[in-house]
Amino acid sequence: MTGHTTVNGWVQIALYGVLLILLTRPLGGYMTSVFEGRPTFLSPLLRPLERGIYRTCGIDEADEQHWLTYALTMLIFSFVGFALLYGVQRLQGMLPFNPAGMGAVAPDLAFNTSVSFVTNTNWQSYVPEQTMSYLTEMAGLTVHNFVSAATGIALGVALIRGFARRSAQTLGSFWVDLTRSVLYILLPISIVCALVFVWQGSPQNLNAYTHVATLQGGTQIIAQGPVASQEAIKVLGTNGGGFFNANSAHPYENPTALTNFMQELMMLSIGAALTNVFGRMVGNERQGWAIFAVMFVLFLGGVIPEYVIESHGNPAFTRFHVDQAPSALQPGGNMVGKEVRFGIADSALFTTTTTDASCGAVNNMLDSLLPLAGAVPMVNIMLGEVIFGGVGSGLYGMLLFVIVAMFVAGLMVGRTPEYLGKKLEAKEVKMAMLAILVLPLSILGFSALAAFVPAGLAGIANSGPHGFSEILYAFTSATGNNGSAFAGLGANTPFYNTTLGLAMFVGRFLMIVPMLAAAGSLARKKVVPASLGTFPTTSPLFVGLVVGVIIITGGLIYFPAVSLGPIVEHYALLHRVLY
Amino acid sequence: MMQHVRPAIMMIIAMTVLTGLAYPLAITGIAQVLFPYQANGSLIRINGKIIGSALIGQGFTSPRYFHPRPSATTGPNPKDPSKTIRVPYAADNSSGSNLGPTSRELVAHVQARAAVLAKEDPGTPVPVDLVTSSASGLDPDITPAGALFQVPAVAKARGLPESVVRRLVIAHITPRFLGVLGEPHVNVLKLNLALDALHP
Repeated sequence: MTGHTTVNGWVQIALYGVLLILLTRPLGGYMTSVFEGRPTFLSPLLRPLERGIYRTCGIDEADEQHWLTYALTMLIFSFVGFALLYGVQRLQGMLPFNPAGMGAVAPDLAFNTSVSFVTNTNWQSYVPEQTMSYLTEMAGLTVHNFVSAATGIALGVALIRGFARRSAQTLGSFWVDLTRSVLYILLPISIVCALVFVWQGSPQNLNAYTHVATLQGGTQIIAQGPVASQEAIKVLGTNGGGFFNANSAHPYENPTALTNFMQELMMLSIGAALTNVFGRMVGNERQGWAIFAVMFVLFLGGVIPEYVIESHGNPAFTRFHVDQAPSALQPGGNMVGKEVRFGIADSALFTTTTTDASCGAVNNMLDSLLPLAGAVPMVNIMLGEVIFGGVGSGLYGMLLFVIVAMFVAGLMVGRTPEYLGKKLEAKEVKMAMLAILVLPLSILGFSALAAFVPAGLAGIANSGPHGFSEILYAFTSATGNNGSAFAGLGANTPFYNTTLGLAMFVGRFLMIVPMLAAAGSLARKKVVPASLGTFPTTSPLFVGLVVGVIIITGGLIYFPAVSLGPIVEHYALLHRVLY
Repeated sequence: MMQHVRPAIMMIIAMTVLTGLAYPLAITGIAQVLFPYQANGSLIRINGKIIGSALIGQGFTSPRYFHPRPSATTGPNPKDPSKTIRVPYAADNSSGSNLGPTSRELVAHVQARAAVLAKEDPGTPVPVDLVTSSASGLDPDITPAGALFQVPAVAKARGLPESVVRRLVIAHITPRFLGVLGEPHVNVLKLNLALDALHP
């Protein structure tokens, strides 16, 4: 079964797991200080800037918000950001920092891209180096890489306060949580990592594209730009929108194995640290580690099969005397759509982390994965991107599943379910179910539509079951605010730009509002003291129960759809059926 | 409602100035001072002329050079700009093939490439990286296996002993980072430059 994987591959994956665990507590401690307003080592530098922002915007930082106000300000801020980003794209031809002379972005594409970046999805229907000016990349897209991530973190922290506070009417201030996320967390880490990326080879310039006379006497035009600065926040904020079409497979975006490993860690580190923030704010770090354990189990459940399947290579190639076996001289495996410097193990790890998170950056082309290896990222997103998840959104998605799991546990023993001393009643369970069910409605509904109408079928690049996988993946990715793609799908059409734009909107905002309603309701509750009958939520039993609920919910909803795509294709490939 | 609109507008402006202008421009300034070579694209110059980037693959078809992996990048058709044609190593339009594992086109492509390469070095199985297109279409590297596979053909075209060319390949293998991360690889452009220096 594992005969084609290498010891070195497993060592890299193990090293990744260990570093993720080691980062969680220090980063979680720092982030807790930030959100509880305690001074940190960066405060002397950043506190004056933070105050300046509040003064400029007319914000009173002591002014805490009810969940409805929190939701409303978040929605208004997102809409204003959407409008500005749309405008920048439409007007980029007249604005500076445009050495390649890019014209205005078409209206349907500008709509899709604006929704995409405001919702932290970063789905890209376009080829960036052929479409966006440097100004749009910086003052448009990079800004939303920061603020959509900060919005996610703010919402996650608001839900944590819902659990942590007692008899409270407010969840904190959206403006303060947003500003602090950007200033104290995202910006400092991005600055350091961006400079490491440049050191390793990512360009950071405003030059025109380079015209080259190649060694053999041909010509080549090499796209340039301020790549590293966007790259850092792209992965740190689980955004995923590439500066170039090939995203983190492009040697300028991800030049070395070191940058690749950093990107993989950056994608999950804030999501992991938020479990620790959660534990600290509810007063018991072990509560955070229990959530971390649920996520880590599901992470291993993705990365192990992904690596094993891909290391085998494509059985259809063997009769051509193609050598797909690993050796000291080559990684072997399914090298279609892979980069040599990453090989199979690093590609499998990247694919798993980017879809555990709602990141969507790719360092290999998912459309060319073996069928069941393509099912892994799809299922990761379908499970709700709760495996560390998007920054903030992963934690709030996971806590919604915890509410459902505790409800199920309560039903089994006939007690009112409770979590962290809060009784979970009809309102919280309904809101959690609503938030969870919105996603399949969008994924399956839109996929069915696209598989039915000519405008949807026209986008398919590969025939047979793989074509259906392309459609299903697109709506899964958009609804899950992931942004990765089976990129053969021709999605830059009015049909896909519009439907995928709507799916991104539904997946973000229609999930957030019920989530905040549950948070507001939880914050108002008193705490009931734990008794002998209280279900211990730091035990392995709890971890197993939550993992079970996530897998069963996902399986019941999506198994039929997944079987029509990757599973049928898997059996076709075993029997050498081609399309 | 309206009392939230003003902070929202001011906040997005403040964030645009901070994260959309100050941050990338400051990184650009620092990068241009500390790492000017990398920040400008790791461009390689010969006699003052740019001949490529150390990080971006370029096409080689002459038998006197080591060949890179197949590239699936495209460009506009000169006869009809609304259509695209294959333009390997188009570094302003990065892309993989996006062909699925059960694609007839993919399998036919691999079969054809493997048949051509098998003639160069009969009896040796063809390393998979030489018959598959990369994710970016701009992969600057091939595997050590892929480079060693090409040694006999390149040595013959240049009239060099195979041992000399093989030594050159081995000297150009970049090992894993700290012995752990990534995979060993050979940068095709740098290898070919060394080949030219050896035997102009």
